[in-house]
Amino acid sequence: MSKNNDIQSNNDIQSNTIKKGLEIPIVKSIGLPTLIIAAFFILVMTTAAILKQSLPILISDILRRFGMNGVLVLAMVPAIKSGTGPNFALPLGIICGLLAWTIGIEMGFIGITLILLTVVMATVFAAVTGYFYGKLLNAVKGAEMTIATYTGFSTVALMSLVWLMAPFKSKQMGWMMGEGLRETIKLDGVEAGQIINNFLSFEIFEVKIPTGLLLTFFAFCFLVWIFFRTKTGIAIIAGGSNPEFAAASGIDIDKNRLIANILSTVLGAIGIILYSQSYGFFQLYSGPLMMAFPAVAGVLIGGATASKANISHVIIGTFLFQGLLTASMPVANQLFEGTDLSEIMRVVLQNGIILYALTQVKGGGK
Amino acid sequence: MKKAKYILSKQMPYLADNIVPIIFIAFTLLGFVLTTNVPFNFFLSELSSRFYRNAFIVLSLVIPVIAGLGLNFGIVIGAMSGQLAIIIVRYLSIEYLHLSGFWELVFCLVLSLPIAAFIGFLTGKLYNKTRGQEMIASLIVGFFANGVYQFILLFATGIIIPVRSSHPMIKPDGVGVRMTVDMGELHYSLQNILKVPFLWAVLLVSVLLLALVISRHLMGKKGHNKDNRVIFFTKVGLSAVLIIYSVFAIVTKSKITSVKDVPAATIIIIGLLCLFTELIMKTKLGQDFRSVGQSQHIAESNGINVDKTRIIAVIMSTVLAAWGQIIYLQDMGTLNVYGAHTQIGMFSVAALLVGGASVHKATVSQALIGTILFNSMFIMSPEIGKAAFGNALLGEYFRTFMVYGIIGMALGIYVWNANRKARITLDPVEVHTQDN
Repeated sequence: MSKNNDIQSNNDIQSNTIKKGLEIPIVKSIGLPTLIIAAFFILVMTTAAILKQSLPILISDILRRFGMNGVLVLAMVPAIKSGTGPNFALPLGIICGLLAWTIGIEMGFIGITLILLTVVMATVFAAVTGYFYGKLLNAVKGAEMTIATYTGFSTVALMSLVWLMAPFKSKQMGWMMGEGLRETIKLDGVEAGQIINNFLSFEIFEVKIPTGLLLTFFAFCFLVWIFFRTKTGIAIIAGGSNPEFAAASGIDIDKNRLIANILSTVLGAIGIILYSQSYGFFQLYSGPLMMAFPAVAGVLIGGATASKANISHVIIGTFLFQGLLTASMPVANQLFEGTDLSEIMRVVLQNGIILYALTQVKGGGK
Repeated sequence: MKKAKYILSKQMPYLADNIVPIIFIAFTLLGFVLTTNVPFNFFLSELSSRFYRNAFIVLSLVIPVIAGLGLNFGIVIGAMSGQLAIIIVRYLSIEYLHLSGFWELVFCLVLSLPIAAFIGFLTGKLYNKTRGQEMIASLIVGFFANGVYQFILLFATGIIIPVRSSHPMIKPDGVGVRMTVDMGELHYSLQNILKVPFLWAVLLVSVLLLALVISRHLMGKKGHNKDNRVIFFTKVGLSAVLIIYSVFAIVTKSKITSVKDVPAATIIIIGLLCLFTELIMKTKLGQDFRSVGQSQHIAESNGINVDKTRIIAVIMSTVLAAWGQIIYLQDMGTLNVYGAHTQIGMFSVAALLVGGASVHKATVSQALIGTILFNSMFIMSPEIGKAAFGNALLGEYFRTFMVYGIIGMALGIYVWNANRKARITLDPVEVHTQDN
């Protein structure tokens, strides 16, 4: 009898501390934001079907968008796991990727050689950048997210100067007249557009499956998953989830945070290469400025928090978020012609979910 | 040894705090050396009009810093409230009321008060829930509010809120507000109330400054140290030089007389806000701001309602930002409905930091000096780009870099110092046991 009472009072405490509606186990295990977005996604897809939108085209688009954003969202996982919070300095990695693109094109490579070379170069650049970025984050513990955001912003602004002054000669990238690189550089000119997407791609029920793109994304997911099962990976998780305990058991937390942020930056660099080959062009100057936020929102929608993230969060979150955005565009356009409703929805959703995650961050204290 | 370390740790942040203003002064001076085609009176005209436009909104950042909320990037929300008020007033004025410019302005200021106060209240609540992460939260909440703002103006207007589709502010298809709204009668409505020739204004202000500095010195506590005295004489010297120079220029009718007239009403309003910010710090509320800013824990144990105090600070900041944006826009003449507010948070924060403020410390004079220095950089940057590299665009990118760089650097230095101090004063092991 008393045992029952105990359990009951325990439940009472729990339901008091957690908001109403979260008591249902499924809500608790999946997370409220994920469920809301999923419901919304289903609603939009149903509306699309009712409005007689072409579902195969819509699904092909969703798959493509899912694959191209995936690795950028994946870049959040190592950073979150190591305890530095979502990598708001994702533009750092992105810029490494862009720099690799421009150098590769300048050297005159084309096609798959260009992409492979770009990936190698981007990895090297990002490893070096990530090292210094990790050092910076170790110096500013407690305010990583704010500092990371401005590190990203100022690097993007600094790189604008580089893009404008870099002594590149390639006709693919420069203006017809004057100096500096163009804002948007097409990859069709160097035969690198959609190469990975088209690898082994096939159509089923008129839905185009970008096999290469999806395979690459899942391969990276798998690699990261493996990494967090190695000794280093486990040490990183330990340091992120309970720093005092990890330090007491002799784990070098600073070093682990460094490794995790190098990994995150490298994934950002590779992520933008996948992203831009799928789009068929890449954007310099202020293009990367705001790119961290959709990626952060993506992993959070999947059910991650500022201190906990898994590969499953990446896959679910990217699919739901990108799927919703892709599907809502034609639907909104058909329902309310001339309004930019889907873009407005993106802004509200993306920043709303980040704010929600920030309210869940512990440790600020009074 | 201990003392040396103490002095070092006291002097280092002082230098680090002031390195930014020094860089900016050097940069502006470099601009004058490099470029020959920027006449000084043009520079002053440009700088002064930018100052009247921006000073108010930069001042709105001071209170949250004192209350420990850090740099409130959320003033963008205040700016949006101000713009919302302008749009409503302009719409009603064209449609029914046909007000004169002055009354439109008054209506805008009154209407923006409840809007901004309500949104400020919500923002304050949010900051209380994201304690310790206020700055990133304020940045993101600005983006979030921008989405809501676009929803109201692009979508709800015309579909949910009925409007006349042939109204000049509404898009031709009857849904949404146009990209740009003409300020009409509002343009210069504050500016035109009273204008004073530039040099007379300089003379007046510097005489007032001199009086203020001396009266403060006389009323202040006894036993000033050397540092204070040096600062006092520098201030007196500077105001004296300004007085002598302006009298000299008025008498000799130098080129400076061609600098644009000073809008006295704007200056008076800015002055009143400075006074308000200074005076409120002497009240009970101001003391609460300060103690909450120093330590929320101690403030709470002293019986201060920390959450409420922080919300009040945010409401004040948001309302002031709304008014600041109205003052800014009545000077600009056209309202870029979906773009006018997006940069204002970054620029204002950068300006405040350039004045020597930091995340936990800001004064009225830092805001004013910062506005002047920051805008000098803004004017000179493209000119330097053109003169040094033959490319004005380069200068523009450079100044964007300066904005982000300054904010990042100021934040970085602050956190780094705070972490280092925590390490010097408290052994980590002790902290651990205290926590338990």
